[in-house]
Amino acid sequence: MIRQVNDPVLELHDLTVTYNKKPVLWGVDLSLPKGALVGIMGPNGAGKSTLIKAAMGLVPLSSGFVKIFDQELDAVRKKISYVPQRESVDWDFPASVMDVVLMGRYGKVGMFKGLRKADREIAHDCLKKVSMENFAQRQISQLSGGQQQRVFLARALAQEADLYFMDEPFAGVDAATERAIITLLKEMSAQGKTVIVVHHDLQSATRYFDWAVLLNLRLVASGPAEEVITTPLLQETYGGKLTLLSEVGNLMQKEQYPTREN
Amino acid sequence: MDNFVTFFSFQDPNIRYVVFGSVLLASSAAIVGTFIFLKKKALVGDAVAHSVLPGICVAFLIAETKNPFILVLGAFVSGWISLVLLDYIVAKSKIKEDTAIGLILSVFFGLGILMLTIIQHSGMAGQSGLDSFLFGKAAALVGNDLVVFSSISILIMAVVFILFKELRLIAFDTNFAVAIGFPVRSIELVLTTLTVLAVVVGIQAVGVVLMAAMLITPAAAARFWTDKLPVMLLLAAIFGAISGVFGAYISYVAPAMPTGPWIVMVISFIAISSFFFAPTKGIVIKSLLQRRFRMKILEENILKIFFRIGEENKDFKKHIQAKELQKYKHFSEGDLKRGLRRLRRQGFIEKTGSLYQQTIAGNNKGKRVVKLHRLWEVYLMQYLRIAPDHVHEDAESIEHIITPEIEKELEEKLNFPQHDPHQSQIPYQ
Repeated sequence: MIRQVNDPVLELHDLTVTYNKKPVLWGVDLSLPKGALVGIMGPNGAGKSTLIKAAMGLVPLSSGFVKIFDQELDAVRKKISYVPQRESVDWDFPASVMDVVLMGRYGKVGMFKGLRKADREIAHDCLKKVSMENFAQRQISQLSGGQQQRVFLARALAQEADLYFMDEPFAGVDAATERAIITLLKEMSAQGKTVIVVHHDLQSATRYFDWAVLLNLRLVASGPAEEVITTPLLQETYGGKLTLLSEVGNLMQKEQYPTREN
Repeated sequence: MDNFVTFFSFQDPNIRYVVFGSVLLASSAAIVGTFIFLKKKALVGDAVAHSVLPGICVAFLIAETKNPFILVLGAFVSGWISLVLLDYIVAKSKIKEDTAIGLILSVFFGLGILMLTIIQHSGMAGQSGLDSFLFGKAAALVGNDLVVFSSISILIMAVVFILFKELRLIAFDTNFAVAIGFPVRSIELVLTTLTVLAVVVGIQAVGVVLMAAMLITPAAAARFWTDKLPVMLLLAAIFGAISGVFGAYISYVAPAMPTGPWIVMVISFIAISSFFFAPTKGIVIKSLLQRRFRMKILEENILKIFFRIGEENKDFKKHIQAKELQKYKHFSEGDLKRGLRRLRRQGFIEKTGSLYQQTIAGNNKGKRVVKLHRLWEVYLMQYLRIAPDHVHEDAESIEHIITPEIEKELEEKLNFPQHDPHQSQIPYQ
C-alpha cells in the first residue's frame, strides 16, 4: 500500500541511491502530507538513513529527484532542519552545549556574520524546551546519551524550520528522554510542522506516528500509520530481503555497472 | 649567557626581525593546525609538509633564484598537487587514506631529495642554503623573506578569524553544515589552502621534515588545558610562538645548527608537560586523585572494622591489637601501617602502647560506612533481586562513594530497614 498525497511537503520521485554502484534504495516514489509526524521503519540496512540523507542532498542520487515544498532543495534549505545520528559526531569536541545549539542559528545568520543577541535568546529558549537550560555551559563530552540527543534536538529547534528530518532520535536514550522527545514532536506536528523520523521500535510506532513509511531497499508501504502497520505489510518488510534484488545489486557492484544507461 | 642577554634584549634589529617572523609563522601554523587536529587529519599535514620540497626545487631550477616569492609559489603548487592526488587516490581506488598518505609523502619527498641533490651537485649559482629548507633556518628570516612570510602568516590568521564559525562547524559536524546549505566544499578548500600556506611559510624556520609537528603539537598540547575552542586556538598560538622564539635564539647562538629540530624539541616539551601536569586532564592530577581515593577506601575500611569489633564485643572503647584487624579483612602490612598512621593523625583513632582505640569521631565515621554497606545490600536485594549471598562484594566498593544526598534517598526509599540481608542490625545515628 503506497498512498501518494496532493500538495506534498516532501516528494521523492523515482529515487535510486547507490553506494559504490550498489543500489541501496531502488526507485522510491514517495510523497508525504504537511503537518504529519512520519515514522520511517524497516530492518537494519534497509536504507532508512540513506532515504533522509538523499532527501537532504547529503548523498548523491543515481536517479530521480527531490522536491520539498514543491521547490528545489537549495531554494528551501532555511526551512528544513536535520538531526543526524548522535554517533555521527565526536562528542569530545571542545564545545559547550550552548555552542552546539547556536550552530542551529548559523543557517539563518549566514556566512561571515557573527551571532546576535537574539540568536542566543532563541538558543536558550530551545534548550528550555528540551529541559537542558541548566546545562548551557556544560562541556558536551560530559553529557549522557539522552542529554546529547536533547542537545541535538535543541539545535534543530533553533533552526526554526517547517520540515524536520531526524535520524534515530530515540536510539540509546533513556525512557524519560524518549517521552520528552515524543511529546515535543507531537507539539511540533500540531503546530503544522512536518516531522520525519527514522525509527526502530515497532511496538511504539502506532502510538508515536500518524503516518508510517516501511522500507527495505525499496518502498514497501506509505500511508496512515494504523493502515500501514499491519501484519502482512510488516512481514513483507521484515521477512527477509528480496534475494533476486540483492543478487542484482551485488552484481552491479562487482561489474561497476551504472544505474541508468546514460 | 652574554648571547642570551643580547638576544632577549632585542637591541639588534636583525634579532627583532627574526623573532617577529618566527613568532608569526609558528603561531599561524598552530592556529590552522588546531582545525586539522580537530578534523583528525594530522597525517595529512605531514604529507603536505613533505610534499612541498619538489616544488621548491622546481621553482629554483626554473627561476634560478632564491627569491622567496617564487619559492613559495613552487612550494604552494606542489603541496596542492599532493592533496589533490591524495583525494583522488582515496576516491577512485580501493587504497585507504593511511596508505595513500604514506604513498604521497614518500613519493613527493623522495622526488624532492633527488632534485635537491642534483641541484647541489650542479654548481648552480646561489644554490647554497637551499638545503636549509630541509631542517629549517630561522636566522634566514630577514629582508624580503620576512616580508613575504609574515604577510602570508597574517593573511592566514585573518582568514581563520573571519571564517571561525564556519571552520568550527565543519570540524564538528560536516553533514549538518551541508544540510544548512553552507558551501562546505569551498570552506574545506579554504582550509586546505591555509594548511598548504602555513606549511609553506613554516618551512623556512622548521623545515619540511618536521613541519607537521608545528601544525599538530601545539593543538594537542592546548587541548589538555581547555574545553573552549577560542581558548584552545589562543593557547596553541602561544605555545607555537614560544617554540618559535626559542628556534630563533638557537639560530642566533649556533648559526650552523638547523632550527627545526630545536623548535620541535621545545614544542614537544610543552606538549609532554601538558600531558603530565595540565589541571583535570593531566596524568599527575589524575593519579593524585586515584591515590586520594585509594587512601579514603583504606581508612574507611579500617574504621569499619573498628566499628564491627566494637559491635561484636558491645564495647566501642575496646583496645585492639593491629593484627586483630587482619582477621576481618586482609590488608598488606604497609597499607595497614599507613592507614593507622593516617587515621591517628586525623584524630579518628588513638594509640596507647601497641594498642589502638577508636575515638568518637572515628566511631561515627565507621558506623556510617557500615550503615551504607548494609543499606546497599538491602537495596540490591529489593530492587535488583540479587541473591543475599551475592550482595556483599558489590556493597564493599559502593559504600565508599555514596554521597550524603544518595544516603538520604536510600534511607527514605528503603524506609529505614532494621536489618541487612544477613540479619545484622543497621546502625543509624
